[in-house]
Amino acid sequence: MKSLMELAKIREEAMKKVDIRNDREGTRIVVGMATCGISAGARPVLMAAVEEVRTRNLQEIVVSQTGCIGICRLEPLVEVYKQGEEKVTYVEMTADKMKRVIAEHIVNGKVVNEYTIGSVK
Amino acid sequence: MELYRSHVLVCGGTGCTSSGSISIEDALKTELAKHKLEKEVKMVRTGCFGLCEAGPIVIVYPEGAFYSQVKAEDISRITEEHLLKGRIVTDLLFKEAVVEDQVRSINEIDFYRKQKRVALRNCGVIDPEDITEYIAFDGYKALGKVLTEMTKEELIETIKKSGLRGRGGGGFPTGLKWEFTYKATGTQKYVVCNADEGDPGAFMDRSVLEGDPHALIEAMAIAGYAVGANQGYVYVRAEYPIAVHRLQIAIDQARENELLGKNIFDTGFDFDLEIRLGAGAFVCGEETALLNSIEGKRGMPRPRPPFPAIKGLWEKPTLLSNVETYANIPQIILNGAEWFAGIGTEKSKGTKVFALGGKINNTGLLEIPMGTTLREVIFEIGGGIPDGKAFKAVQTGGPSGGCIATEHLDTPIDYDNLISLGSMMGSGGMIVMDEDNCMVDIARFFLDFTVDESCGKCPPCRIGTKRMLELLDKITEGNGEDGDIEKLEKLAVNIKASSLCGLGQTAPNPVLSTIKYFRHEYEAHVYDKKCPSGVCQNLLNYVITNDCKGCTLCKKVCPVNAISGEVKKLHTISDACIKCGACVDKCPFKAIIKQ
Repeated sequence: MKSLMELAKIREEAMKKVDIRNDREGTRIVVGMATCGISAGARPVLMAAVEEVRTRNLQEIVVSQTGCIGICRLEPLVEVYKQGEEKVTYVEMTADKMKRVIAEHIVNGKVVNEYTIGSVK
Repeated sequence: MELYRSHVLVCGGTGCTSSGSISIEDALKTELAKHKLEKEVKMVRTGCFGLCEAGPIVIVYPEGAFYSQVKAEDISRITEEHLLKGRIVTDLLFKEAVVEDQVRSINEIDFYRKQKRVALRNCGVIDPEDITEYIAFDGYKALGKVLTEMTKEELIETIKKSGLRGRGGGGFPTGLKWEFTYKATGTQKYVVCNADEGDPGAFMDRSVLEGDPHALIEAMAIAGYAVGANQGYVYVRAEYPIAVHRLQIAIDQARENELLGKNIFDTGFDFDLEIRLGAGAFVCGEETALLNSIEGKRGMPRPRPPFPAIKGLWEKPTLLSNVETYANIPQIILNGAEWFAGIGTEKSKGTKVFALGGKINNTGLLEIPMGTTLREVIFEIGGGIPDGKAFKAVQTGGPSGGCIATEHLDTPIDYDNLISLGSMMGSGGMIVMDEDNCMVDIARFFLDFTVDESCGKCPPCRIGTKRMLELLDKITEGNGEDGDIEKLEKLAVNIKASSLCGLGQTAPNPVLSTIKYFRHEYEAHVYDKKCPSGVCQNLLNYVITNDCKGCTLCKKVCPVNAISGEVKKLHTISDACIKCGACVDKCPFKAIIKQ
């Protein structure tokens, strides 16, 4: 170690690795991962969320999973909990849709209406 | 770098390792591979979480789900349900983690809520064998700050202002020690860490070494800079294999990253660290005996002064502190002396780690702000006494400390309060006793330990403690005479006054404090030949009460044929009884009692 800069760099890299264990308040992205969700393709959606959070180096975001959310016909389901805002439920998700949700909703704060449960006919 | 969506932390402390956490790791590896989750879920072996009673412990993040007493067989369920499908397996959670069907995370559990973790902040959070995890949690930032921004004088002033006192037992102000060593003349100086933790039931230092070894390395390097030393030694007992192993890994990683070695942070400061193994003699926790042992001599104390700060290792000025003391240093540097001085009581600042054991529900390791009361520690964090029994006393400070009785439970814990109660802070062992413990027997147990561990150099300790033990043996065997208690007290005072080192000076404390608070128990042994708690075998009589139905089971089980009586008639026990207790366990009517 030759400088504080060097230490800070290692720290920044390592932070991403252990961030998940910190206590924090922030946004939660929850993917429905019951049998129905998994068979409908929830796993690639989950992985896309993790991947996207990492590449964008987003802080204060938890990607987690949950059991059956209930409307199995619309799986894979993703719920986004932002502090102080109503929960948003996205349906029939794919990895690409997930990336768009992160870009528009998580980063820019605009809900992607066309993917939400309300837009299903 | 790999990123995982979930981390599974498996406790790899000594407690959980001996209750099987290695087989849990193996099972988890197999299960993760089976479900192809290796790239999504990361397994981390951490240091001690503290709640050893509930071990082996597994924690799953991001939820913070706290699984306790996990068995290898449970891993397939946790993997399939929680890791694969996201459903927390509630019946495997720690009992307190489920309240009204709501799952609470680890930080919301009573045992942790009242704690404040400074020395233990990374224990159970990071992988101790990975230096980058330590760095992620602000590791080595304090060393960098000290070397590049602070003068030695500023650094020593910061430690002085923080009010930190030695955590090994003595409670000497750490900043002053640094200043003495800094001011001592000599070109070669040393920094030494006392990790020779010998109190029965104490494992604070072991947990820091196992769970956060880099914190010690960083702190010792900081101390080295302050006092002008370029070489450090960690004296640790060989009885701590996991701690030694992880510390060595940490030292190697620090060297690879040039955080130990030459020209650290390009400031021209050199510092290196070596481990010295001890063989586990209790007296080697005494600082002068410890230094002798590092030098390769027999571990025996020598008179002080000169103190190690003036003449220590190889007669050179030496800074010698305990593991927990060091573990506080990086946090004081990062958060400031005022922050640290803001925690605790007027004369005792910061937090203290205690190893809670004995008759207590939550056996384990906890860190509390100074000034927390004994009642809060025992009944809130510790969860009270098992089986609804009544609290009798708590022993603090191990064999050097004393027992504190019920009437002092609301005393705030700090160095001075504990001393005024006839006990001491010690290194932080805390053994809880309930109504079934005989205080004379407890005093005898601790004295037996110190007699065994006395190095024999000075007569008061070598001969005096032996005489005390003989008196206690006599009393517990039912041969106590009028005047024995007074003899014990007199001997105790003389041994304390005339022993060479801390071992002898404190060895009589358990006896003195139990006489102080439980004199009636001693008197019952000596004058009434009775052990009120029913512990001392020779003072017990087994008696059959009128509840006896004459079933003859006791008569059949008695190994010495001391029970007589006919079928369906009251049985009696004769003097031939050897007090083995076999009949008590056998009697279906609970008709045999100890008196």
